[in-house]
Amino acid sequence: MDAIGATYDARGLVELDGTVPKISEIDGDRAVLDARELSTRKINAELRWLLYEEGIKDVTVLNPSARHSLGVGILTRCRLTFEGSLGYFGVGLIDGPEVQINGRVGWSVAENMMSGVVVIESNAGSLAGAALRGGDLVVKGQVGARTGIDQKGGTILVLGDAGSMTGFMMQRGRQIICGNVGPGLGDSMYDGVIYVGGKIASLGIDCVPGEWTDADTEFIERKFRIYDLGAPPELQKFVCGKKLYNYDNLEPAERKMVL
Amino acid sequence: MCGIAGIIYRNGEERQEVGRDMTRMLQAMKHRGPDSTGYALYRPDTDGYVMHVKLAESNGQQSFEFVERLRRQRAQIEERLRSLGARIRDVDASAEHAMTVTFDHDGDLKALTDYIEDIRGAEVLSLGRSLEIVKDLGDAETVAKDYGLNDFIGTHAIGHARMATESDVDIANAHPYWAYPFPDVAVVHNGQLTNYHQWRRRLERAGHRFQSECDSEIIAVYLAERMAKGDSLEDAMRRSLHELDGVFTYICVTENALGVAKDELGAKPLVLYESDDLVALASEEIAIRKVVDREIETYDPYEGTVMVWTR
Repeated sequence: MDAIGATYDARGLVELDGTVPKISEIDGDRAVLDARELSTRKINAELRWLLYEEGIKDVTVLNPSARHSLGVGILTRCRLTFEGSLGYFGVGLIDGPEVQINGRVGWSVAENMMSGVVVIESNAGSLAGAALRGGDLVVKGQVGARTGIDQKGGTILVLGDAGSMTGFMMQRGRQIICGNVGPGLGDSMYDGVIYVGGKIASLGIDCVPGEWTDADTEFIERKFRIYDLGAPPELQKFVCGKKLYNYDNLEPAERKMVL
Repeated sequence: MCGIAGIIYRNGEERQEVGRDMTRMLQAMKHRGPDSTGYALYRPDTDGYVMHVKLAESNGQQSFEFVERLRRQRAQIEERLRSLGARIRDVDASAEHAMTVTFDHDGDLKALTDYIEDIRGAEVLSLGRSLEIVKDLGDAETVAKDYGLNDFIGTHAIGHARMATESDVDIANAHPYWAYPFPDVAVVHNGQLTNYHQWRRRLERAGHRFQSECDSEIIAVYLAERMAKGDSLEDAMRRSLHELDGVFTYICVTENALGVAKDELGAKPLVLYESDDLVALASEEIAIRKVVDREIETYDPYEGTVMVWTR
């Protein structure tokens, strides 16, 4: 604790109540944390203590009880297992972890993930993989609306259905939606690819069918093999039509100068 | 933001501690809206009507003769009820600025409501055979304690934790809204309606009164109006998806049904849990987990969804 009464966590970031509960059962480089009686802040402090200071590589969290913002900002390679559902913003802003969630997640799971793997056994809420930059997000159930909004990289794989505006403003990366998708698929996408297995309620602005190549087949099969998901379904490919691209056009003032 | 919640028990006539359950759900979503908390609770049908009347704003201006004014209002309300032929059974005035009257009445409820609301400061929060709306400033535990809601035994309920964005922080603008003058219909809403003024003018021309500036009040009156024209609750809600603009998830309850509707963008959250015993829905799963304390299978209903459960 310093002069102003603040403490700092293992990353050097300010922690309002940084006392770590240190209640996990540690066995070698594995640990089990029962989160039932802990606040969100304490759970995250404990996770950081285990992963950064104790050198634990595999943590199982019991009773997450659908609480928000669990496992956020973990910036090291490790294995995290949540035995239960998470609330909003689960495992956001992570770089490196392999996460297994044996339950459901709320809105904005794996938001802004840089690298790593997040596998969700059940459903996910809206905005799954928002602003995803890298890594794989696998949802074995259905997802809500605006999946992968503003996605800038990585892969989102959904075995069930997806809601409206899937891939909204997507800039790079890939999405594989095996089920049906809601209206406005790939609306205003800049780049990237969306594969859809089921029915499409409607395409969004400037989202058009793409040409299938061998690279697509190889990619899909590889992802299904890695996550042991069986044979991939028949998929359609969608990309950006680039009709909304106006970057080459000159501003009126510039046009005058050229003329 | 705002947090909304609904719970309906499906095991027939068995009564449940719905007040306590709703308090737990709303308290878990306090972070979504700490301004005011409201409940619409349904008890098994009584013979008479239950009317909740607000006498003054709890954070309003209190003049020197405030207490005297409240006493006068209470007396006037009882007097006016009697003059219209209502037989008062019970009067509960445990909250300082509100009162609950149980009475029998055979006449027109709209006329009765209008006559009560003619008293300065009085607003009928709810009226029905089984519906009771309680709303006040503060979090769920505060409101439940002030109004003794944790002992409420009933069949189904909805609740609302409000973060005021479009209108004031006071009781008039708090949810749930009663669908004046139709008994036993109430609504909670999370979102914003963008064609509020259009609908308000239309409904006002049709003779409805609005007690607040809150856009959500439109939904209650709109649905009640549709149902009065013969629509079922589900039909009225489906129609509302096309006729109301904006982003919304709302829950509507009647004496024997609970329905939820989501706008066509799916912009506002809702998590749903269905089992043989009960249906619970809320803006966040964490609220449902306060009632069903184990790992459960839940999902987010999609855009344009309308679902209705009857008990």
